[in-house]
Amino acid sequence: MSQVSTSPSMTALGVTAKPERRDIGLGRRYAAERRFRLYGMAAIAFGLLFLFLLLFSVVSKGYTAFQQTMITIPVEFSAEIIDKDNERATNPQKLVSANYPVVARNALAKVLGVGEDDRAGLRAVNGMISDSVRVQFRNLVTTDPSIIGTTRTVTFLAHGDLDSAFKGQIDLAVPENNRKVSDKQVGWMNTLAESGALAKHFNTGLFTNGASSRPEAAGVGVAAIGSLYMMLIVLVLSLPIGVAASIYLEEFAPKNRFTDLIEVNINNLAAVPSIVYGLLGLAVFVNFAGFPRSAALVGGLVLTLMTLPTIIIATRAALKAVPPSIRSAALGLGASKMQTVFHHVLPLAMPGILTGTIIGLAHALGETAPLLLIGMVAFVADVPATPMDPATALPVQIYMWANEAERAFVERTSGAIIVLLIFLILMNVGAILLRRRFERRW
Amino acid sequence: MSISLLLLIVAVIGVVGYLIGSWRANALAGGKLSSLHSRPGYYGSFVAIWSMLPAIAILLVWIIASPIYIGSAVRGGFPDEVKAEPQATQNLNYNMIGAIARGFKLLSAEERDALFKDGTAAREVLGSKGVPLAADPAPYMLTAADDLNRMTTASSTFLSILVVIAALAGGAFAYRAIAPKFRARNRVEGVMLVGLIVASSIAILTTVGIVASMATEAISFFNMVPAWEFFFGTTWDPRFAAAGATDSSGQFGLIPLLAGTLYIGFVAMLVAVPVGLFAAIYMSEYASRHVRSVAKPLLEVLAGIPTIVYGFFALVTVGPFLRDISAQLSGLVTGNYASFIQAQSVLTAGFVMGIMLIPYVSSLSDDIITAVPRALRDGSLGLGATRSETIKRVILPAALPGIVGALLMTASRAVGETMIVVLAAGVAARMQLNPFEPMTTVTVKIVNQLTGDLEFTSPQTLVAFALGITLFVITLCLNIYALYIVRKYREQYE
Repeated sequence: MSQVSTSPSMTALGVTAKPERRDIGLGRRYAAERRFRLYGMAAIAFGLLFLFLLLFSVVSKGYTAFQQTMITIPVEFSAEIIDKDNERATNPQKLVSANYPVVARNALAKVLGVGEDDRAGLRAVNGMISDSVRVQFRNLVTTDPSIIGTTRTVTFLAHGDLDSAFKGQIDLAVPENNRKVSDKQVGWMNTLAESGALAKHFNTGLFTNGASSRPEAAGVGVAAIGSLYMMLIVLVLSLPIGVAASIYLEEFAPKNRFTDLIEVNINNLAAVPSIVYGLLGLAVFVNFAGFPRSAALVGGLVLTLMTLPTIIIATRAALKAVPPSIRSAALGLGASKMQTVFHHVLPLAMPGILTGTIIGLAHALGETAPLLLIGMVAFVADVPATPMDPATALPVQIYMWANEAERAFVERTSGAIIVLLIFLILMNVGAILLRRRFERRW
Repeated sequence: MSISLLLLIVAVIGVVGYLIGSWRANALAGGKLSSLHSRPGYYGSFVAIWSMLPAIAILLVWIIASPIYIGSAVRGGFPDEVKAEPQATQNLNYNMIGAIARGFKLLSAEERDALFKDGTAAREVLGSKGVPLAADPAPYMLTAADDLNRMTTASSTFLSILVVIAALAGGAFAYRAIAPKFRARNRVEGVMLVGLIVASSIAILTTVGIVASMATEAISFFNMVPAWEFFFGTTWDPRFAAAGATDSSGQFGLIPLLAGTLYIGFVAMLVAVPVGLFAAIYMSEYASRHVRSVAKPLLEVLAGIPTIVYGFFALVTVGPFLRDISAQLSGLVTGNYASFIQAQSVLTAGFVMGIMLIPYVSSLSDDIITAVPRALRDGSLGLGATRSETIKRVILPAALPGIVGALLMTASRAVGETMIVVLAAGVAARMQLNPFEPMTTVTVKIVNQLTGDLEFTSPQTLVAFALGITLFVITLCLNIYALYIVRKYREQYE
């Protein structure tokens, strides 16, 4: 604002055509104004920058988890290895305990031209194959024993380290002894990749498998089922209880000490740290009531108690937003108070209630701490059949993988986080759409 | 009969009762519904309620009471020398009898009789059926298990009959009460109201549950470790408490954990408060409607991201980044490329937690700043103040109590936050002031003490409840104080 401030020389020369101007510090004040404004913008930019960084860090580390390196080669299901003494008819245990990894190793060694007496070479070949071939081949053979002795083309998982190498996540400039993949294996990998035997496929295992100590075979399928059970329990319990509680507090409760107490209570419960709910669940549901540890049922109950305050607060806001004229009209036509609420007020408040419920559920879906305390950190490899069986949950699976040291698990963890975030985005978008579609402004 | 089948039967009786009740009311009205006091559905509901509620109440009471009764009856049949054993041993024995009883159900009648003649084979036979026993059962256990099974079956049969009779009798009673003048709606609505009250008292029950469960466990902890040693102890080292309970002084010291919690929370607030406040001010006072409609939801996305994701972000991105950049810095200054920031540190955890807290600060403060009356703003601007002067001299002072309340609430979140600190703060309980070193928090220690095998008798496990109740009290006080400030502030403009 230079034209505002007058230079002393002008007054000294006696030029008084313009009215005298004093320096009232406007320039300084406007500069302060601009600075202040800039701070605000910087604050928002800072927040958004870190939102972007966080998402970028997760996605850039995790998108590769959706692809998995697999090897497709002809495999000879040699009777010599699987069932040497031909006793599978009498001893069914034989096919279950056969040494399938050797079958896969020999097949790969044959393709790569490694001799049967080259023990170091065979060990290196073995290091390229995931241990999960044991289960895969066992299932193939036990469902159809006639393939023993034949040669089939089979696709199986490459070892996690090879997978990382193939995806370029292992720095090959590091001296050979300091990395998990040897130069020889990298050479073989490139040969196999050129011939098309080794390629990246879409990783269905990530969505179907359970926990595994081998990163290439680990998936979030089992954890997702556990989360699904818990979400169902939370929905079934917290929605009716939360709505009933809010209706009472908002429409029926007299103003007295008791309702005041409930109200203060609910506000405080919403702010209680989630880990305290875990302690409550451990002491009450597991220790006192004797429910099984690690069960989805206990997790669901704990998350229900945690979600209730959120739903109650949202429902009360939605009920409050229904104008009193609706109530007066219904009462005037002879409806009872209960009929007014259930036939008229509640349906009108429903979009708001459902939005609040979905947001509460999304919150519960991402919650980890209370589940750790009630023992859901168990290593669960099988799909829980009922909510009483040991289960784990998506965020807990992420926590467990985050503690694993291997590079391939960082990719898995990020992949699992992407899956979790996609669920959360879907729920939140659903809530927003619901609000846009049905919300009424009175 | 299993409980779920019984519940299903009661439900079916209820539905049938509803249909019969409505039909009966319709029949009584004879096509002239206005002669009824209530709509026919209410008569139906009345019958359904009477047939279901008493039956389910009986069922619940029975489920809770019958194992206690049967247990004492079976124990009453124990030989005298067994009764003289300590309570813990008796409980173990009783659990074993329960296992045998379960095993018996899997055996055929002949196999069971064979076991009664020769009890030594019991462990092996039951083990082959998938019921492992810890030891060879004593002879009295086999008879007791048989008694247990007999009584359980009898109890179950009796319960089934009782519940079905109660359901039918209740339904019949309600059916007889149906008359055109009968105020079915008022009755049904009375029951509904009771249901609503019960639902809303669950909030109270949860609080009572939290306090009671944690207090009982914490008290049994304080019986083992004196309270003052817990609250004022400066050493946290729970490992050796079991070895020598006599010299366990100071091993469960809360102070280092509390120091870590507060330090990390302080760093988080250092990040979250300026950023959140300035974001809120910009959004409510400067931003155009368009910018606001984009930036506000985006910032709130930060609040929707699960904390485990922040923890992972801190663990694999922020921590290593800070470590590497500190190595570069010290290399530039001293020539020695040694990192002075550790990957797990107060700074890492606090900084990431601060990012998580930005949306809490900004949206709470945004609401409060927007609530300042328009007239104050216009008055200040009209006197020639710039916008920033208006904000600094008029709006912020007016909004101050509310903002302080919001910050207190945010602080309580920082204190109770778990997953970020579990992954990024470290587990070493130390008291020091260097933010580049790891420290640990109350929540981390709760998780550490309670993951893995537990027994509810050792101080190592029970200390988690003492920590939990401390955490609960701290956050409760912060929140009540915040609520008090916010309420007091709100009254000023109304």
